[in-house]
Amino acid sequence: MDIIKMVTNILTKYNLTMAFMMVGIVMYFSYFISKNFTKNRIHGSAIAIIIGLILAYIGGISSGGSKGLASIGLFSGIGLMGGGMLRDYAIVSTAFGARLEEMKKAGLAGTVSLFVGVLLSFVIGVIIALMFGYTSTVDAVTIGAGAVTFIVGPVTGAALGASSEVVALSIAAGVVKSILVMILTPVIGPIIGLDTPKEAMVYGGLMGTTSGTAAGLAAYKPELVPYGALTATFYTGLGCLLCPSILFLITKAILG
Amino acid sequence: MVIYGVTILSFCFFVGTLIGDILGKVLGVNSNVGGVGLAMLFLVLIVEHFMKQDKFSKLAQDGIKFWSGMYIPIVVAMAAQQNVVAAVTGGPMAILAGTVAVVASFFAVPLISKIGGNPDTNKAQKL
Repeated sequence: MDIIKMVTNILTKYNLTMAFMMVGIVMYFSYFISKNFTKNRIHGSAIAIIIGLILAYIGGISSGGSKGLASIGLFSGIGLMGGGMLRDYAIVSTAFGARLEEMKKAGLAGTVSLFVGVLLSFVIGVIIALMFGYTSTVDAVTIGAGAVTFIVGPVTGAALGASSEVVALSIAAGVVKSILVMILTPVIGPIIGLDTPKEAMVYGGLMGTTSGTAAGLAAYKPELVPYGALTATFYTGLGCLLCPSILFLITKAILG
Repeated sequence: MVIYGVTILSFCFFVGTLIGDILGKVLGVNSNVGGVGLAMLFLVLIVEHFMKQDKFSKLAQDGIKFWSGMYIPIVVAMAAQQNVVAAVTGGPMAILAGTVAVVASFFAVPLISKIGGNPDTNKAQKL
């Protein structure tokens, strides 16, 4: 009787349900650390997300795949559980209990934050690309778009015909952004006073990365999640709209 | 029944995603525009509507609450499948671009939150 093979078979065959078990264990462990070693100062979910990122690194290194832990067949259920479908579904469900009044109050600031957010990240990305010697307009714009989100980068790169090396860099910039938002939100949140639903909506509009804001707010103040997620989900679409068109033309006019 | 809540949630998800896709097509963008955000707005509106009529059973509510309770674990699973290797090995330019963009965006939050007045008077008094 090969017990290891039997266990592996169960984990692979029932991948999603086994992912529930594994994530549950990670959650328990994280809240245990939070309570006993940090006196609840670092939120349990923040620790769980950091553990998730470390596992993603280990999984990516050991498999050579691009999907972190989910690149390993044994953990493919993690890919299903944390994939786009269930992630977006769960984000929508957090709107249950959110108040329409709060959303209306922040409507204008939230909308402005979307445009400022895309523009700010784009300009920073372009300037840094230029500093590193990517002086062609197509390269700089593609990297700038990557600093918007890791989806806007490749979409823009494809539209402008950027090289695959530059597209890969733009994706990397976007992934760095998304991961930093996850890690830094509980750290910087108190400094900038991220407390109200309105501020959360502005934050979502400025950061824009859905995965980053979803995890960042979960680790900081879960009650703010629906407000931040609401604006963030418009960001990538807006970025895909602006970067390869208006922002490209403006950059071209400036760089010549 | 619990499934009624889940059905409402799925229905909102469907309608939001569909409109997001249509918006993307109309704008000529190769992406869904705000589908999840629209789905959230629909959910808020439908829930308010049924709550007012007192037609939303406790069990149906539990069907939605279950998924919002699963939100953080799902986010942890999402973190576990990020391409962290690409982020770490992306080189100094990618890391710098991502980092500066995040830090600048963070400090723009209080500035833009001032637009449209500060609804939180308690906080204003504290300052």
